Amino acid sequence: MGNLNLKINGDHHPVDAPDHWTLLEVLRYRLDLTGSKQGCDKGDCGACTVLVDGKPELACLLLAGASEGREITTIEGLMPAHRAAGGTGADPVQDAFDRAGALQCGFCQPGMMLSTRALLNEEERPSRERIREALSGNLCRCTGYTQIIQAVELAIHETCGEPVEHPAWAPDQAPWGDAVSTVPGRKGTGSSDTTQGEQA
Amino acid sequence: MKDFEYIQPDSIATATELLAEGDAAWSNVSRRAIAGGQDLFGELKTGIVEVDSLVDLKATGADNTIAVDPSGNLRIGALVKLTDVAELAERGPVASLLAAAALSVASPQIRSQATLGGNLCQRPRCLYYRRPEAICLKKGGDECFAYGGHNKYNAILGGGPSFIVHPSDLAPALVALDAKVTIAGAGGATRELPLADLYTLPSEGDVTRETVLTPSEVLTQVETQLPLVDRMAGTWRSSWQKFRERDGFDFALSAVAMCLRVADRRIVDARVVLGGVAPRPWRSAEAEAALIGQELATHGSAEFDALAVAAGEAALTGAEPLDHNGYKIPLTKGLVRRALQELSR
Repeated sequence: MGNLNLKINGDHHPVDAPDHWTLLEVLRYRLDLTGSKQGCDKGDCGACTVLVDGKPELACLLLAGASEGREITTIEGLMPAHRAAGGTGADPVQDAFDRAGALQCGFCQPGMMLSTRALLNEEERPSRERIREALSGNLCRCTGYTQIIQAVELAIHETCGEPVEHPAWAPDQAPWGDAVSTVPGRKGTGSSDTTQGEQA
Repeated sequence: MKDFEYIQPDSIATATELLAEGDAAWSNVSRRAIAGGQDLFGELKTGIVEVDSLVDLKATGADNTIAVDPSGNLRIGALVKLTDVAELAERGPVASLLAAAALSVASPQIRSQATLGGNLCQRPRCLYYRRPEAICLKKGGDECFAYGGHNKYNAILGGGPSFIVHPSDLAPALVALDAKVTIAGAGGATRELPLADLYTLPSEGDVTRETVLTPSEVLTQVETQLPLVDRMAGTWRSSWQKFRERDGFDFALSAVAMCLRVADRRIVDARVVLGGVAPRPWRSAEAEAALIGQELATHGSAEFDALAVAAGEAALTGAEPLDHNGYKIPLTKGLVRRALQELSR
């Protein structure tokens, strides 16, 4: 039993929390969904980004009580949703961020990937300008953003089954290794369609 | 945040009754309305505002729709999210101006939570207002610390005794579109105001507030009323120019919303409203007068140059910069020029 009933990553979570708790506090300190990071806790950094009814929102600026009756997706829900839709491996966005080295400390990464997922759910082939705009609410203090943009473009190309452009700094290498995830209805774009190290 | 009770009323009438029950002193009400909460949470988390309860307007089922009338004017519920305003199809001068202004607000995450009504009722971003230890004029103190302190982001027009700037991007755009607002109050009362009259200058009344709303009143609807269909000749064009220190996710150092009605390349009507430079959206009758009757010459010509200089000078009539914000004068003139350049195409 609980005074709140939240729908998170497809599951119903009855939970007890004070009225003034944000969704972020409930995720982290009641439900142990600590993938959503508590960075600035005031809407500047984007590390707490979650999807609410498909739109990126800041869990630190949303009361838990105001998120009842809405579909919440956290970083923990991306891979299960991808697999439930028939894919293998992780969400292609997660896979691309991994292989493109789009992180150093990793603190911003869950929010970055959820903002990217929201963008790619709306647009199949967003321009670089659109990508930059869509990620403008997610701060990264490590990477300088270059590999993050490359990771998003890698995910776009692989999801669309298109050849991937080699980064300027590695013209001769297969870009970032082969895709581990596959998207329903499409063959993997890497040299191998087999998934590696997967357990369903 | 200090703990509070979270109330989800089922109607605007209930919400305004609940708000009326709160303390009537504006700076110290124990009960506040919340919509998107994107500004309010900042105040609650820094402790410059404390509440005993929040009344969530989103729960009321009040208007959160956008309606377009055949002429192209818009009626927008105050609870509409900025994302939805930003995604308005670029049909005509009204929708395109509002969409551009909304898209320039904050980040995608904040736009999907923030509401139009909340954007119009934002509190100042002044560094001193936002610091809990600075009991400035806006918080019931007796000094505007920005006046003799760090005032890079403060007002060059309409300032005194407080020198805040109004942070909203939608407000100057909507004032340029002759918008009116509908306000609901306790006891089922409603009133309508030109949006321009919603805002007050610090010298005009209670220095701790930016609007004429009473604590129990809430915005419910905004309606643009640009004269798109009348017997006057010409067609309207609009431009939104916002300058910020970072290209994404920042407040305006200065902004210009401009609407021009042009017939045979002659400007027959104009709206010029500045943002980020004054304690309220700053409609410049001087700039409008400098534009009306003039030919909208092609960018690059000497005539265009003369018009841009005249309009820019006129827009800054009466500007009095403080120690650190003199840059806003040439910046704003440049934005007036950019708006004219866009509209002269």
